Amino acid sequence: MPEITYIEAIRQALWEEMERDERVFLIGEDIGVYGGAFKITMGFLEKFGEDRVIDTPIAESAIVGSAVGAALMGLRPVVEMQFSDFIACGFDQIVNMAAKFHYRTGTSVPLVIRGPSGGGVHGGPFHSQNPEGWFVHVPGLKVLAPSTPYDAKGLLKAAIRDPDPVIYFEHKYLYRRIKGKVPDDDFTVPIGKAEVKREGADLSVITYGAMIHQAFEAANRLSAKGIEVEILDLRTLLPLDREAILATARKTGKVVVVHEATRTGGVGGEVVAVIAEGAFDRLDGPILRVTAPDTPVPFTAPLEEAFLPNADTIVAAAERLAAY
Amino acid sequence: MDHSGLTRDQLLDVYYHLRLTRTLEERIGILYRQGRIFGGVYLSTGQEAVSVGAAYALGPGDIIVPSHRDMGAHLLRGIQSREILAQYLGRVGGLSRGRDGNVHYGDIQRGDVAFISSMADGIPVATGVALALKRQGKGRVAMTWFGEGASSRGDFHEGINLAAVLRVPVVFVCNNNQYAYSTPLSRQTRIPDIAARAGGYGIPGTIVDGNDVLAVYDTAREAVERARRGEGPSLIECKTMRMRGHSEHDDASYVPRQLLEEWRAKDPIQGFEARLREWGILDEAGEARIAKRIADELEAAVAWAEASPFPEGKDVEQGVYST
Repeated sequence: MPEITYIEAIRQALWEEMERDERVFLIGEDIGVYGGAFKITMGFLEKFGEDRVIDTPIAESAIVGSAVGAALMGLRPVVEMQFSDFIACGFDQIVNMAAKFHYRTGTSVPLVIRGPSGGGVHGGPFHSQNPEGWFVHVPGLKVLAPSTPYDAKGLLKAAIRDPDPVIYFEHKYLYRRIKGKVPDDDFTVPIGKAEVKREGADLSVITYGAMIHQAFEAANRLSAKGIEVEILDLRTLLPLDREAILATARKTGKVVVVHEATRTGGVGGEVVAVIAEGAFDRLDGPILRVTAPDTPVPFTAPLEEAFLPNADTIVAAAERLAAY
Repeated sequence: MDHSGLTRDQLLDVYYHLRLTRTLEERIGILYRQGRIFGGVYLSTGQEAVSVGAAYALGPGDIIVPSHRDMGAHLLRGIQSREILAQYLGRVGGLSRGRDGNVHYGDIQRGDVAFISSMADGIPVATGVALALKRQGKGRVAMTWFGEGASSRGDFHEGINLAAVLRVPVVFVCNNNQYAYSTPLSRQTRIPDIAARAGGYGIPGTIVDGNDVLAVYDTAREAVERARRGEGPSLIECKTMRMRGHSEHDDASYVPRQLLEEWRAKDPIQGFEARLREWGILDEAGEARIAKRIADELEAAVAWAEASPFPEGKDVEQGVYST
């Protein structure tokens, strides 16, 4: 099985789905001639033509809205938000038009919106956000956040084949830093299914996206101290895999929920609530959250480093909880 | 004599759809005042020609993205009176099966994209529909309606600009009925004509008397043919007047009475009826036949809609996702 980067996994998923299904097309800013801000769609215009790789004006609301219209006509649009921060400009079309369409009319809107998200790249307040929390509160959407090349490819293929609107947050810090084995053969990763990425009996870390890798580093350090951490990768944030969350919480009785997004109203709060409602009697201590603070994502290195959760802050929370 | 290239039967069909729109909406207004319909009731009284005239220029394969005062366009796409009534009544026989109300309906199988309340959101959607139709290469077109108020929203700009840049086959129909809820045109924009905005996108913009159904039809047909030829989008501004409140709860006391009186004299249905009589296409007996056809249809439609059950509360979580 070849080892590829996270960004190559995304590129392959797009390429293969476009080869497989001619209804699939890409629309976004600077994705054609330029090949995308992160060069994910380099060479796509030459291969698939301008009908299927569509460069647009700077108009996120129209990009999403027009993708909805094309989806209603039977096409399979994949929108690229240049940075997921700009998804705010398309918010209304996502939450009011796309998300509610099936409920209101019974007609599916097969639409994927890719959002390069996350910090750690000194992008500042407008090129670093993790906006998943805005969208998990919207019934009708599916929200994904892969952490590995395997999941990135399998979930993006699943998203493109899914009949409903899917927001796919790809973490740009991982693009070229993470490599992993990905099979050559066609495969998908099921939407709505979390995965235990590391087994452990003493304490659970529930997280997703780039924080999976911080959790692994924390787990290795904690293992040296005799604390075996189980890492649950949520992978899909809406709908949440409640069974998997409850299973790991019941298994270890101690849970730290980690995310890079800011704290208040974040996905972590919902995970904590699922556990409090469904596994309260199996807990040995409080459910802790390790998240970014409630601030914009700061630009300069010392501030951004203080903002981002990391292995140190996860270890600190885990040690506090392990003492119970 | 040539009347916009329409046959006698087609002219009578246009008249029938104008009358059906008005009568069905009047019936909905009555049901509202009787307390049988709840929520918003958005009537197109006095503006029916905008919707009927423009939609009449479309062919069977074309797609509409209507706004909230476009019942005539829905009816021309084959949406049934009884479905609209059941929609307003919140019954399972409505197009949204009670999950959404009043004018928020459509059916993609009949080429009709359901409206949502965020003004101008249909404009980018219509652009996307047209993008897909262009790729099919069969000469199909999209048409969308919106008010002059919606032209203040960013989606108007983004959607029309994108359509112009991509040169997709779509016709943008602005129903300029002078008021957006209580806000007059002068508070939406400093320009008197929405059509002037077309210049900013490099597409044709045409002003037409929105109360003259054949003028609307002629203008729309030209724009539709242009789109079919692959020459891209057009903007049509239909000047008309909102003769009712924003919704039926609204007495529209902020609209000068004199303005309403001036426009009442330009009623689109009375005007068209007079012309049909002058041309010898409609007489007393013909008018009575159409009136009876509509009355009978609506009698049956109301009965059907009221017999349609409400959805059950236990099903509230159904249908959020396709799978």
